[in-house]
Amino acid sequence: MTETLHETRLVVNGVPHTVRVPARRLLADCLRHDLGLTGTHLGCEHGVCGACTVLVDGRPMRSCLLFAVGVDGAEITTVEGCRSADGGLGPVQQAFQDCHGLQCGFCTPGFVTTITAWLREHPDPTEEQARQAIGGNLCRCTGYQNIVASVLRAAEILKDERR
Amino acid sequence: MGEPIPRREDPRLVAGDGRFLDDLGAEALAAAFVRSPHAAARVVDVDVGAALEVDGLVAIYTYEDLEGPVAEPLPLLIPHPSLHAPRTGYPLANGVVRHVGEPVAMVVARDRYLAEDACERIVVAYEPLAPVVGLDAAVAAERTVHDDVPDNVAARMVQEHGDARAAVAAAPHRLALDLAIERSASTPLEGRGVYARWDAADRSLRVYSSTQTSTSVRFALAVKLGVPVDRVEVVAPDVGGGFGVKIMHPWPEEVLVPWAAIRLGREVKWAEDRREHFVASAHERGQRHHVEVGFDDDGRLLGLDVRFVHDNGAYTPYGIIVPIITATQLLGPYKPGAYRVEFRSLYTNTVIVTPYRGAGRPQGAFAMERTLDAIAGSLGIDRARVREANFIQPNEMPYDHHLIFQDGRPLIYDSGDYPATLDKVKKLVGWDEFEAFRAGARGDGRRVGIGVACYVEGTGVGPYEGAHVRVETDGSVVVATGLTTQGQGHQTVFAQVAAEALGVPVERVTVVTGDTRRFKYAVGTFASRAAVMSGNAVALAAGKVRAKALRIAAEALEADPDDLELADGTVRVKGAPEREIDLGTVAVLANPLRYAFDEQARLATQFVVGRGVDAPPVAEDDEPGLEATDFYSPVRSTFANGAHAVVVETDPDTAEVRILRYCVVHDCGTLINPRIVEGQIHGGVAQGVGGALYERMVYDENGQLLNASFMDFLMPYASEVPKIEIDHLETPSPLNPLGIKGAGEAGTIPGAAVLAAAISDAEGFFVDRMPLSPSELWALRERHARKEEG
Repeated sequence: MTETLHETRLVVNGVPHTVRVPARRLLADCLRHDLGLTGTHLGCEHGVCGACTVLVDGRPMRSCLLFAVGVDGAEITTVEGCRSADGGLGPVQQAFQDCHGLQCGFCTPGFVTTITAWLREHPDPTEEQARQAIGGNLCRCTGYQNIVASVLRAAEILKDERR
Repeated sequence: MGEPIPRREDPRLVAGDGRFLDDLGAEALAAAFVRSPHAAARVVDVDVGAALEVDGLVAIYTYEDLEGPVAEPLPLLIPHPSLHAPRTGYPLANGVVRHVGEPVAMVVARDRYLAEDACERIVVAYEPLAPVVGLDAAVAAERTVHDDVPDNVAARMVQEHGDARAAVAAAPHRLALDLAIERSASTPLEGRGVYARWDAADRSLRVYSSTQTSTSVRFALAVKLGVPVDRVEVVAPDVGGGFGVKIMHPWPEEVLVPWAAIRLGREVKWAEDRREHFVASAHERGQRHHVEVGFDDDGRLLGLDVRFVHDNGAYTPYGIIVPIITATQLLGPYKPGAYRVEFRSLYTNTVIVTPYRGAGRPQGAFAMERTLDAIAGSLGIDRARVREANFIQPNEMPYDHHLIFQDGRPLIYDSGDYPATLDKVKKLVGWDEFEAFRAGARGDGRRVGIGVACYVEGTGVGPYEGAHVRVETDGSVVVATGLTTQGQGHQTVFAQVAAEALGVPVERVTVVTGDTRRFKYAVGTFASRAAVMSGNAVALAAGKVRAKALRIAAEALEADPDDLELADGTVRVKGAPEREIDLGTVAVLANPLRYAFDEQARLATQFVVGRGVDAPPVAEDDEPGLEATDFYSPVRSTFANGAHAVVVETDPDTAEVRILRYCVVHDCGTLINPRIVEGQIHGGVAQGVGGALYERMVYDENGQLLNASFMDFLMPYASEVPKIEIDHLETPSPLNPLGIKGAGEAGTIPGAAVLAAAISDAEGFFVDRMPLSPSELWALRERHARKEEG
């Protein structure tokens, strides 16, 4: 019983990779274990908690519900790719530190990717909209209040950057 | 200290550079477990034949493969005289399974996919037995969980001060209430996990575990695995939340993974999946309380007689800590008159019960606060006034309840201002203006209600924590404490404590937690104890380092130590800042060297610095290095307190509950970092709200957990957690040098009580069990409407 391996090309955080994986290999496991990008976390493996959210061609998706072979050729952005160009913390990451938007930090990568994508289309959110934006991700530590604040703060940082 | 500085741990964590358990051990073999699908069954046969053909399979283990201490039952961690029938499980089922999820076989394979392939092919023949599910079945004891525990009662305990039953009987007013809380669970986003490396040449074992106590795991594994404790090191890496469940240890998997690593001479790792976490870790909260209370015309308690039953699941490895805490902390900030409490802890064929944030206090607060609300209702007086009538007053501190707390020590409150706490929360929520708001809302066809609930939390339970503080020769400071961290910001707050004591910028301090290579003596992170225990230990150790730095610097500067101060990373003469010495240089001087391996070290070689040719370079009562270890061990717990007030709106048609205001007043003594304390409160409230309105473990009559996934177990999203308004009170604890009381669990404790109160107030009938779903609230409405008609 040996598994057939499929050659799969992924551009992850701007870096092209070719991996040979079984058809059933989850994108999350491929990122974490085949590419060593362990910033993407698995909290439920059934698509509910959102910790494993990565951007697939710019759109947030649950990497625990995708097979790596299913996104052959896609551009993937993980939390590691949400840094600023100089390698420092990206706007959303910085906002999370500024606002104490994380405690244990396990769910944070999924929030960072989700919010990064969302702010592109909602550059000037209200508090209510910010709360809705994170409505699909579970956090067990923070009670969300400081994550809502982080969304607003990240929008501010991005606005400052555009100035 | 006292500054809301950003956290030191965040840059790693927000950038994806955290190192959680499953981020380690890229080359390790993967373990997976065959788990019982039955709540109660005899294991007749385990047939592994079909699994052997799985590519990448390395090993399959069943109970028959275990030998020595690994084949014996897991330890009873906290024995207690009242726990007369303790039972613990085996790492792998020994002929019987007692809950769904109990491990029966362990598979080790090249990766987790293959390990699970093998698990699927292992055929276990079971002879199912009728299970005991729920407290009714446990009490009835028509069936038993353990053959040799015929009444299913693991423990029975009574505590009494005064003659409560006589006091109730003689009181001018009496009430009897039945109050229930259902099962829930900690449910951290990261499950459990263990990764073990055995170095055969060195005969040493390193284990990484997603645990709240690495030091105790180390001792437990040494005993179980027959490895000298000196050859075992346990590291808690970044831990993705704990909330209590990860204080339990050693788990079956925590023993088996290193056991297999030693046997195979290979690295082995197991990371729990979500379903496993639901059915094979631990739950809490399930209790039913019967309260009889006697009181006077002002609602003052004269006698309180509480009996409750606690569902401890299939085994009792963590003892009876949870019901003991309920029994004692139920009293909250109140004087109960005469008090009697009796509980029975009962076996059921369900997952074990160990503390979950709040640890028995949410149930206790629910029983007490609902009772006070019922008293107010029966007398027709304001609910806040009933509380005021019963408060322990600040001038009565320390207050002795004449009971024994969970640590075996007297339940004596050290400090707190309960009337001021309630005043503050009433102002914050607008208690006295609420009727006007209600009238307005009613005019709009809306149904609103308000509730308040108070609590006292014993925090900082012993026996001790310790810390090691060292100043390096570059002037940086390294702090190590054995206590673990799961998101509480210990790397920041302990750095703040050390930085203040040593007069260095906080950026120069690095903190290591939960790594037995760095600090071997510790208890663990639970019971809101970390800031109290390790915070004070760090302060004590840093104080010793400070004294030594002053002594050495005084010698070097030829000044009196009393004339020196530490600031900005230097030791300097007060009023003469030009006479200063860098703290790093003091560290160099503290370690007289023979070999000058760098320029800094040159300063300290015995040929440059010495105590004179007639004295040894290191004095008899001294040690080299600018470092110290100290321990903090308090005589008893310190007691934090608080009050929550909420305003809810209940939908007249759908019975949906919406929280309009959630106000918290909290007193945890001195705040090291107010931002982190507020974060703890936010998260605690979210879990309190979850426990009150959404979360429950739904077992069917066969002992199947019907909602063992995040699709069915409703953890609150951002849409369910209200905005939380916080006000602080700071009544320092007289028991410890920093005046700290714990803050970790407080936010969760009164959640069910305060929401039940507000919903009752909105609906006009008494809510006596939580959690409460919209459909249950709707059914309650129907029942009460029928009652009124009939």
